[in-house]
Amino acid sequence: MKPIESFDDLTTVTRDALVDLLYRLGDDELVLGHRNSEWTGLAPILEEDIAFSSMAQDEMGHAQVYYQMLHALGEPDPDTIAFSRKPREYRCASLVSLANDKNWAFCLLRQFLYDASETVRLTALCEGTLVPLAQAARKIRSEEKYHLMHGRSWVLRLGNATDESHERMQTALYEAYPHALGLFEPTAADEPLTLAGICPREEELRRQWESAVAPVLADAGLEQPETAQAAYGGRVGHHPESLTSLLNDMQIVYKIDPAAKW
Amino acid sequence: MVNPMANSDAERRAQYGPDRGTADTSADAGRLEAVWQAVASVTDPEIPVLSIVDLGIVAGVRIGGTCVVVDVTPTFVGCPAVEMICDEIRSAVERAGEDDVTVNTVFDPPWTSDRLTETGRRKLKEFGLAPPLASTCGNQIGRTSSSVMPPAETVPCPFCDSTETVVESLFGPTLCRSIHYCNKCLQSFEHFKTVEL
Ligand SMILES: [Zn+2]
Repeated sequence: MKPIESFDDLTTVTRDALVDLLYRLGDDELVLGHRNSEWTGLAPILEEDIAFSSMAQDEMGHAQVYYQMLHALGEPDPDTIAFSRKPREYRCASLVSLANDKNWAFCLLRQFLYDASETVRLTALCEGTLVPLAQAARKIRSEEKYHLMHGRSWVLRLGNATDESHERMQTALYEAYPHALGLFEPTAADEPLTLAGICPREEELRRQWESAVAPVLADAGLEQPETAQAAYGGRVGHHPESLTSLLNDMQIVYKIDPAAKW
Repeated sequence: MVNPMANSDAERRAQYGPDRGTADTSADAGRLEAVWQAVASVTDPEIPVLSIVDLGIVAGVRIGGTCVVVDVTPTFVGCPAVEMICDEIRSAVERAGEDDVTVNTVFDPPWTSDRLTETGRRKLKEFGLAPPLASTCGNQIGRTSSSVMPPAETVPCPFCDSTETVVESLFGPTLCRSIHYCNKCLQSFEHFKTVEL
């Protein structure tokens, strides 16, 4: 298919679908970035404190890239997008909204499942027709390598270590998996994005993701939840209550003083 | 005699840029050189021995009429030093006599660790940081669903060159560094991450 060099070359339908996709991409990154930052100072060991803080920084940086593209498409500026929307206006999947609950096994596994999905999606976007998005995706994907190496090494280590660590990881996997499937919630944007060659259908991405994570989970001795029902709703603004409390925390400074610099 | 180091840098520059731009008149050519020198005087705030040109993040310098445009391709998208580096570039170019300076961040060309010059790699090693590994086509992440998971990497020790090293932490004091331990000389060291497409 012919490359689309500029946002100006998009039809209205494709453009609206792209806006929806960018909100999903950006909001996943922003919210997970915030969840990761909640480990700063609290992670079980210093190295992981640094790891989760670094991943938070990466994800926030990526969110900003998607929000800047939205701004170029006529949406508000990145700060306004990040900090002034109501919960139902966010398009993140429930996986990233769920509270950390001091559960490091869950957060590790969530991060691993998420990073694999991001790598699959970014690879597809790199091969897509929309040039500015493909360029950003190529850049962001190159950074995901270290997230995945980190996640995989911990999933393997803890899955195969003691009975307790195995048990905790298995429980976390059962908990996280339906929400991870929710990353691939089909939306009305699927059709126009596929027709324009920008992004494949969610079900196709899900299939690729499953074949990427399954071998690692198996090597970690973890049982994959075969019958898990995908937790949908995030992509249309239905979120767990935990997102509201997260946003209250994240938006507090902006609400007090939108011009504040920190 | 050919200096292999300089040769290699020239090759890298030919392959990866930066695009030093073109100038219509000899006056502009002089300006371009002055701007270039100013840009090259800026160093990485986290690795002060390293010029941003050796780091490979200067993607292009252009002069159009009275304005000067510098394109920066960041190492990591979320790197908090990018804004500071862009400010420093602007100030340095202004000190070189320009007053209409724009510094953009771009993702095309994307920064990869192959953009580091030989000089840059040498300076990193002298600074005690293991330079990035050479990129290998086989290492490309996510090209197909079966290659979503990255392969493990062995980083040689910057102090004794041993490959008997282990990863201590994939994340370090900055986004671009990881932490390793050398089982030969029994020292911890940092590695400037290998970033490839
Ligand atoms: Zn050594």
